[in-house]
Amino acid sequence: MTAIKLAYRNLIGAGLRTWLNVIVLSFSFVMIIWMKGMLDGWDRQARIDSIEWETGGGQYWHENYDPYDPFTFEDSHAPLTPEQENLWQKGKLVPVLITRGTIYPGGRMQNIVIKGIDVNQKLLSIPTARLDTSVYGIPAVVGSNMAQNSRLKKGDRVVVRWRDANGTFDADEVVITGIFNTTVPSIDAGQIWIPLKDLQRMTLLENEATLLVRDNTEAPMPAFAGWKFMEQDELLKDIETIIKSKTAGTSVFYMILLLLALLVIFDTQVLSVFRRQKEIGTYVAMGMTKKEVVTLFTVEGGMHAVLAVVVGAVYGIPLFIQQSTQGISFGLSGQDIGITMAETLYPLYSMELVISTIFIIVVATTFVSFIPARKISGMNPTEAIKGKIQ
Amino acid sequence: MHSMKAQLTSLLLLFPMVCPAQTPDGTEILKRMDANLTSDSRVFTSKMIIHGRRSSRTVESKTWSMGDRKAFTEYLSPPREAGTKMLKLEDALWIYSPSTDRTIQIAGHMLKQSVMGSDLSYEDMMEDASMADQYEATVTGTEQVNGRPCWVLQLEAVKEDVTYASRKVWVDRERYIPLKEELYAKSGTLLKKTEVFDVKRIDGRWFPGKIVFRDMLKQGGGTEFIIESIEFNAEIPEHLFTKAALR
Repeated sequence: MTAIKLAYRNLIGAGLRTWLNVIVLSFSFVMIIWMKGMLDGWDRQARIDSIEWETGGGQYWHENYDPYDPFTFEDSHAPLTPEQENLWQKGKLVPVLITRGTIYPGGRMQNIVIKGIDVNQKLLSIPTARLDTSVYGIPAVVGSNMAQNSRLKKGDRVVVRWRDANGTFDADEVVITGIFNTTVPSIDAGQIWIPLKDLQRMTLLENEATLLVRDNTEAPMPAFAGWKFMEQDELLKDIETIIKSKTAGTSVFYMILLLLALLVIFDTQVLSVFRRQKEIGTYVAMGMTKKEVVTLFTVEGGMHAVLAVVVGAVYGIPLFIQQSTQGISFGLSGQDIGITMAETLYPLYSMELVISTIFIIVVATTFVSFIPARKISGMNPTEAIKGKIQ
Repeated sequence: MHSMKAQLTSLLLLFPMVCPAQTPDGTEILKRMDANLTSDSRVFTSKMIIHGRRSSRTVESKTWSMGDRKAFTEYLSPPREAGTKMLKLEDALWIYSPSTDRTIQIAGHMLKQSVMGSDLSYEDMMEDASMADQYEATVTGTEQVNGRPCWVLQLEAVKEDVTYASRKVWVDRERYIPLKEELYAKSGTLLKKTEVFDVKRIDGRWFPGKIVFRDMLKQGGGTEFIIESIEFNAEIPEHLFTKAALR
């Protein structure tokens, strides 16, 4: 306790030098929390959006289905079993039928994926209610990215060509009845959504589906022969991989920031031990053991981190609150680069993140303060009190 | 789409025929066209001009074929495609690419991919089923195409697994060559159009100098297929129709 009081008095007594160190350290501290909070916020947002728009609580894939290989689509569909139909009627499953096709917006040929979905489903955020309309042609909704790339607007009519289950070409006009904004590119880019019944009729695949999205609950769900269940975590793996790689990249930046701040503390400590030899000698002469003096100097160094937490909190907390409520916009949507990322990111500053960062910085600062202070234990107190350089 | 190959083959192999006095039965016309598909062998060099929206590119090739079950094609230009070889044996198709020095078999859904970016798919190249087996033909009238009198045939698929549900073919009444063809989707939408130009008589046979394939749903000038030279009943060594010949 004495060491803490004494260390505090010494630090405050050192004036500007202490505050410069504290400000540099607090800057690193705030920056690290800010960047980590940004990644955590992106992760949370991407997961929530993916679950709401695409994955639900997991998906049953037809055993031949591979989303990365469109050539598998023609062979990856099967009739729904009575059990699956029952769960569909109860709103616990949403069947989706997928096939390849070609659209000709403005006479340009564009290969797309055609997805058929139940117009009455409520499980995913895709605005399928807009498909439940009477138009001359096939109603379709597309994502804003697809609409932009294909220059499609609401009300536009575009020719779509596909092959039925026998490989025979067919063509018709689709009418864009809605354009939705989503941060999930995998349900937007290069695809159109049409009513499931229409796609089943068009492809001669009555009552068939390629995948089944389940509700986002913990309720037990049976296994279906010929369908493989993809856990939600498995489906969100891509997001996790991106965030992990981003975290690894930004960790280098944290390390540089932290090293610079710790270097400042280390320098200050070296200078203190060098310039305050008379003081060290006096402490020993007054009855303090060398160990206690080492502890005093170490606490002094470590206390920089504690003060940095206080100073960082003064300007960091308002900054974090403002950003987590209003978000940060980089003017770049994840759609542009093909990843699930909203144009405005809302950082997530969890208690765990703040406490772990404080802990790491305080421990690291104390450690680098201890290294120069160790030299004190090898000092001759008589020489030290004379101020002789050792 | 698959009719293009059948058409091309028939166009290359058609024997001159005398126009019958009265309107023949549609199936009879198809059978006569199908009969023309049979031939011993032919060797031809061709040029495929693929007209895109902004630019065009030309692919030249030389093909050796025996009947309609065996064919070997070597691409001669552009430099990027030169040396690429394609072998068709019965129902199998292999492609050798010199840049990777590998031979791959084109199968399954890959057969639906475009050949060299043209309007023709590998499936079209493979197609050798008889038109008379796949369609029921009705003569709906007579029309002039490029100054030639033609029968107009309406073809409706009799099998489920055909690429086009219906077609309309204009067959030269004297030469039994399809001069124009329209391919329709099940809904009745016109998907593709094929036109034949520059029909010449060589070695006692009629054959087209140029065929234009056009995807009617997209803009662009389509794909021109120009026969530069052709030799019928040429001697073709058997080893050319082996996978070893690809490398």
